[in-house]
Amino acid sequence: MMHRRSFLTGLTASAALVPAAPLWALNEAGASRLINSLVTDINKVIASGKAENAMFRDFERIFKRYSDTSYIAAYALGVDARRASKTQKRNFSKAFQSYISRKYGKRFREFIGGSLEVKSVKKVKKWYEVSTIARLQGQAPFEVTFLVSDRSGKDLFFNMFIEGVNLLLTERTEIGAILDSNKGDIDAMIAELQRLS
Amino acid sequence: MRIFTKPRFVFAAVALVLSLTGCATQDPAAQAAGEVFDPYENTNRSIHKFNLTVDRFAFRPASKGYVAIVPEPMVTSFSSFAENLSMPGQAINALLQGNPKLAGQALTRFALNTTIGFLGLANPASDFGFAEVNTDFGKTLAVWGVGEGAYVELPVYGPSTARDATGILVDFFTNPIGYARNNPADNISIYAEIVRRMGNRGRYSDTIDSILYESADSYAQARLLYLQNRRFELGETAEIVEIDPFELDTEGF
Repeated sequence: MMHRRSFLTGLTASAALVPAAPLWALNEAGASRLINSLVTDINKVIASGKAENAMFRDFERIFKRYSDTSYIAAYALGVDARRASKTQKRNFSKAFQSYISRKYGKRFREFIGGSLEVKSVKKVKKWYEVSTIARLQGQAPFEVTFLVSDRSGKDLFFNMFIEGVNLLLTERTEIGAILDSNKGDIDAMIAELQRLS
Repeated sequence: MRIFTKPRFVFAAVALVLSLTGCATQDPAAQAAGEVFDPYENTNRSIHKFNLTVDRFAFRPASKGYVAIVPEPMVTSFSSFAENLSMPGQAINALLQGNPKLAGQALTRFALNTTIGFLGLANPASDFGFAEVNTDFGKTLAVWGVGEGAYVELPVYGPSTARDATGILVDFFTNPIGYARNNPADNISIYAEIVRRMGNRGRYSDTIDSILYESADSYAQARLLYLQNRRFELGETAEIVEIDPFELDTEGF
């Protein structure tokens, strides 16, 4: 009986606490846990030794699970998003996801036998910066930083920096160049992304 | 090449670069925002085209052949050798930057790797966990308060800035190895550096190919990658400038 009462008291107490401090509010430990689990999942795919295309599909799944895909797509499209229709936005978001999974999935091969280790977590404005050190074979260690926020209601990463290089800015430049080569035609740009992925 | 090691030619060369590139300056606010300053874009783009041709027909095949024929440990050895030769010059730059500790680290690495590291072919300094040293005269100029200047793409060498191009020239002509009395071979540092670069081009060929040949605008990609990475190395990016994720309109994506 004692147990049940304390359990109930506990439940009431935690229910009272919820509005003040939501159970899943993003904090340093949560941000670092997210990146650790992301790294573990990526390493699992690399170690699986699957065929390349199967790996790309796995990476796309990981990307969907851990990253703020709508923020990433909106950032990559940049100001051109203002003149994009609803359908175009949806199609772009989808095409961009498989394009980016394939593009970076290819790069992950270089990570075979390497490791990524979380070094520190820092709060910046409304998000967290998770600094990690990448150690690859035959290369000096380098810095990879993930930005994590709970904007979408879930803890997700929304950008990464490799030795100071902003991945999303790089992709926005690339999307802009593809748009230019298609005379600004958004549908043609989406078709080209689909061709590339 | 001998006459180029005379100091007055160094100054003449530096003056030339500064006069060619020093006239264009970027608005400080724009630079703080991480913007690209590229007033010579047309010229740069033609040099980029030339560089792509050189890469496609000479540098890339040579580098791929090099890493295919020469075993991996030897490629690493030759890279270490080139890096070791640059250490005395890096020590001088560290001193010019007012950083005697870094200068000491560079000299320690040089002493260790040249002796027990078989003239720099092995890298015991890194194996023992001594701090890596990576500095140059471009960094020295940055410490002295010289601005980054215009973005330039140098023939064969690749992406750079007015400040870094000056740094490359100065480092090239003032490398103490070039003044050594018992210099076993003229310009050994340059040959070693070319071999080191071939090792990198061959080793990371997939990644470099994807930037140079698979992107829609390889010039813009190379420029952005170089500037961001260089500003990061020099500590010129104060903090990550990011669009607030709570402010971007993600409706519909």
